Amino acid sequence: MYLPEKLISTSASTVERARRLVLLVLLLALLPASVWAQLRIEIVDGVEGAMPIAVVPFAWDSSEPAPATGVAEIISANLRRSGLFDPMAERDMIDRPTRPPEVRFGSWRLLRVDHVVVGRVTDGPDGWGQEIEYHLLDVHTGRILLSQAMPVAPGDLRFGAHRVSDAVYEALIGIPGAFATRIAYVVVTGLGSGDEVFELVVADADGHNPQTIVRNTQPILSPAWSPDGRRLAYVSFATGRSNIIVQDLFTGQMRTVSSERGINGAPAWSPDGRELAVSLSRGGSPDIWVINVDGESRPRQLTHHWSINTEAAWSHDGRHIYFTSDRAGRPQVFRMDRNGDNVSRVTNEGRYNARPSLANRDRLMAVVYSDGDNDFRIAIHDRETERLRVLSDGRLDESPSFAPNGSMVLYAARQDGRGVLAAVSADGRVRQRLVVSEGDVREPAWSPIIR
Amino acid sequence: MNTVMRFAALVMMAALIAACAREVTPEPAPPEPTPPRPAERPVETERLDPRDFTDARNLDNPDSLLSQRVIYFEFDRSNVRAQYRPIVDAHAAYLRANPSARVILEGHTDERGSREYNLGLGERRGNSVYEILRASNVPSRQIEVVSYGEERPVCRQSNEDCWQRNRRTEIVYTAR
Repeated sequence: MYLPEKLISTSASTVERARRLVLLVLLLALLPASVWAQLRIEIVDGVEGAMPIAVVPFAWDSSEPAPATGVAEIISANLRRSGLFDPMAERDMIDRPTRPPEVRFGSWRLLRVDHVVVGRVTDGPDGWGQEIEYHLLDVHTGRILLSQAMPVAPGDLRFGAHRVSDAVYEALIGIPGAFATRIAYVVVTGLGSGDEVFELVVADADGHNPQTIVRNTQPILSPAWSPDGRRLAYVSFATGRSNIIVQDLFTGQMRTVSSERGINGAPAWSPDGRELAVSLSRGGSPDIWVINVDGESRPRQLTHHWSINTEAAWSHDGRHIYFTSDRAGRPQVFRMDRNGDNVSRVTNEGRYNARPSLANRDRLMAVVYSDGDNDFRIAIHDRETERLRVLSDGRLDESPSFAPNGSMVLYAARQDGRGVLAAVSADGRVRQRLVVSEGDVREPAWSPIIR
Repeated sequence: MNTVMRFAALVMMAALIAACAREVTPEPAPPEPTPPRPAERPVETERLDPRDFTDARNLDNPDSLLSQRVIYFEFDRSNVRAQYRPIVDAHAAYLRANPSARVILEGHTDERGSREYNLGLGERRGNSVYEILRASNVPSRQIEVVSYGEERPVCRQSNEDCWQRNRRTEIVYTAR
């Protein structure tokens, strides 16, 4: 007998949410991305002494045919990619328990594994979709740390596996995982041919299921996720001039929310999802403005300065806005109240600090950083300790975007003349490279946690 | 009903996109930086004065400053340097003499630094040329500034030679 410490059952609202998610997946699946737009994620550096864990292949007790990639395999890959875990290869497992009573702790201890995850996939309780039942066990104490039944919408097993990964990560690391998230990025092919194609792609955080949201012969940049993960705002030059577009990922519907004379750039969603801070140069030079996403009220101008003011980022509580300005000569990060009052300079170290991305309740701020003119790197300012940590070692690193749990920063880099994405943990110990098979990839944006 | 239509539209879009064949084009060698062209020219330009900046034919005459339409800038700077002034002045004379002519001043930067900041910097470079044209009494309705930031480089290597050629304002005639 075992007594789960935590058992979360299927609730009606969870199923409803899962249903909506399935709608999203179905609609997006109508626009499959080009094959070369799929990201391959390589681990460059992991943590020394990563936690040994065994995710045992889950039993398949569903009437649906089993998928080629099993749930356990997806969870193992996620945990390995985080750099914090060292999951055991399936072929090294001498035992295949699927329920806690079947776990023989002594033999796992001999294999030097600290934790074991077991589980099974069944049909959903009401015949709709499936359910992933899983258990996380501590090999040394024999205790069950986590037991859960995760409802999964039809065709959504991968996402379910990501949620299980999130729960396991949180139980062992102490902060929520960011596996059940998505990333947006821009892929450019045909570079230099005069026939460039810009694609805005949305994929799962592990690079799977890439879907092209919009395809253009003119530049696309600065994708930004709405707080609910439903919509993307981005800058498009489709008309030959910059415009800000908001696109609904459920319906594919696109709306131009700003097409002022001059620059329409750098959209950033307010935490309540109602407003966008943008950079408009309709007044002669780029200033930060706030527009209503539904276009119902007139734009409000927050900065009034002849300098370049752009790349707004809201504080977690929506009370402040961080932004890049070169009012002091070189670009630096400033902060103001949400109405534009009390502007103060935030970055002082380094000649160049731009494009702020915030995490951990604004304690951590990732920026494009340079102490000269030639090397642009990703750095994190810890606003509590006032320490600066340079995290990347490229020459042209840009566009930092924090994972919603603050664990990793995704950014764009150049490698052998090609645009690639890279990710680095906030402590600099874990590094990943994300490459597409052809073309340049740039402008990454990590989604909020998708519920 | 509405959902069905939307669904149908999406299916059509998907089909269209799927139908788009992809062309693989080899990357061409980067263009030469404003090469001095040989002195061969069409018959009609024989009696053309290359310093007559009111004559539209000079826009295509390699001997005339009017055929030069790119102003280059220093790193993180947007002031028009003295050697480029005569080019801007020539276009100012042309635009004054030809009120129906229209130009877009495309501002561009090199790849260094953040993309959105570079949009601002590119616009500043366009504006610098705009200000000179305005100071030369070119009506504002004839001029528009569009910044592309670092999105439209003419040269793709990551070195100073390339960066120099990308830091530019292009004077693009949309009507002559």
